[in-house]
Amino acid sequence: MDAILTVEDLHKSFDDLEVLKGISFTLERGRTVLVMGPSGSGKSTMLRCLNRLLEPDQGRVWLEDVELTAAQADLNKLRASIGYVFQDFNLFAHLTALDNVCIGLRKVKRMPRRQAHEHAMQALEQVGMADRCAHYPAQLSGGQQQRIAIARGLAMEPKLMLFDEPTSALDPELTGEVLAVMDDLARGGMTMLVVSHEVGFARRAADEIIFMENSRIVEQGPPEQLFVNPREERTAQFLQRIHAIEGPMAQEQPP
Amino acid sequence: MIIIQATPTFLQYTLINLAVFAVLLPIGFAIGTLVALGQVYGHPVIAALATAWAWFFRGVPALVLLFLFYYGPPVFNINIEPFTAAALAMGFRSSGYQSQIFRGAIESVPAGQMVAGRAIGMSRLQTVWSIVLPQAFRLALPAWTNEFSAVLKDTTLVYAIGINEVMRFARTIYVARPELAILTFLFVALIFWVLTVIGTGLLQRLERRLALPGLEGRMRGPRAVAK
Repeated sequence: MDAILTVEDLHKSFDDLEVLKGISFTLERGRTVLVMGPSGSGKSTMLRCLNRLLEPDQGRVWLEDVELTAAQADLNKLRASIGYVFQDFNLFAHLTALDNVCIGLRKVKRMPRRQAHEHAMQALEQVGMADRCAHYPAQLSGGQQQRIAIARGLAMEPKLMLFDEPTSALDPELTGEVLAVMDDLARGGMTMLVVSHEVGFARRAADEIIFMENSRIVEQGPPEQLFVNPREERTAQFLQRIHAIEGPMAQEQPP
Repeated sequence: MIIIQATPTFLQYTLINLAVFAVLLPIGFAIGTLVALGQVYGHPVIAALATAWAWFFRGVPALVLLFLFYYGPPVFNINIEPFTAAALAMGFRSSGYQSQIFRGAIESVPAGQMVAGRAIGMSRLQTVWSIVLPQAFRLALPAWTNEFSAVLKDTTLVYAIGINEVMRFARTIYVARPELAILTFLFVALIFWVLTVIGTGLLQRLERRLALPGLEGRMRGPRAVAK
């Protein structure tokens, strides 16, 4: 057991609405775990609580053996070692692709300019965007922007990457290029926690699926088990529905 | 004829206006930026103080501010030069207006930009400085150009506290030759019109230069998207 991320009894409420009712799980090194569940089930909130972009009300989170939720935790340093990919990319609009990837290296890791550039170019190559390094976000398609956003996270050499519905804002044609990058990462041994309903990606790359509903984890297990033989009735119903919508298309996507 | 002969002198006195302008504008810019940041990101107490500052300096007439800054300090036995009083009064006043230009611009930068900065480990201050402000200043530039041209002309008000600027010089002409009054005013108008055209022209060029590729000329026809 080599846990990168340990989550213990996470709670979060917005006013009277309890969005997380005690989430606990462990993410082991090199594994890709998908979080699925109907909208409003707390998936994105959970992800944001993990690096305290949202402050959880209760519960603890460890990155390896460092407690992120500790009062004296060096949050900026910890966040730098957790890649975070947003649904709507959130590339810095006034910076080129290269500078988007560089800025964390320069400002957070205090890397000299030359070295940061080399490093950033490597990350851009990894996502197939090196030839677009001088482009600004507004000059790029959504898929290209998302790949650069992934490179921005990768360049920091994170211990794990969190993905918050990375393909939800993309046209079906552009989804494939982003998933292909994520496939590569999974194969390359990156530890990933992905909120997504991409069934094809789940089948290909996920070691485990966490199914959330009503602010709780309902069921978790390997994709074969959840897709073929879920224990919970709710999991079966939900997966049937997204199979009907996304299943056939997802299978056609390139591996 | 007299006006033409006096042109160099007119321009010389206009330099005093430009000197006041050159000091008040950066004061307004610096304080305006801080007030805007205080309003948007500050602790509630700081935000309230920043808001009060902006309200006060936008709420008081320019001439009243000039008199307050010029005649106020001597009451407390503090000596103040007319130029200093003018630059501070007009600078603080402009900071009130500039702060609201910048506040609007900062609030127009999508929240995701701040979140993304924090997510890669940048501090709040780093993210504001390197991510939010560069975008906000771009957004603010058209409105700021307005403020620029307004305070440029407001520098003529400082003659009221005895600064020997161009309006005071104009006064010496029309007091001596009342029939030249209209011509004199028109000539001052011409000077400021030319200065405004040059200034706003330069700022528009700056705006175009800072425009982000892919987003430039959003108001000017279809945009080119490189694939």
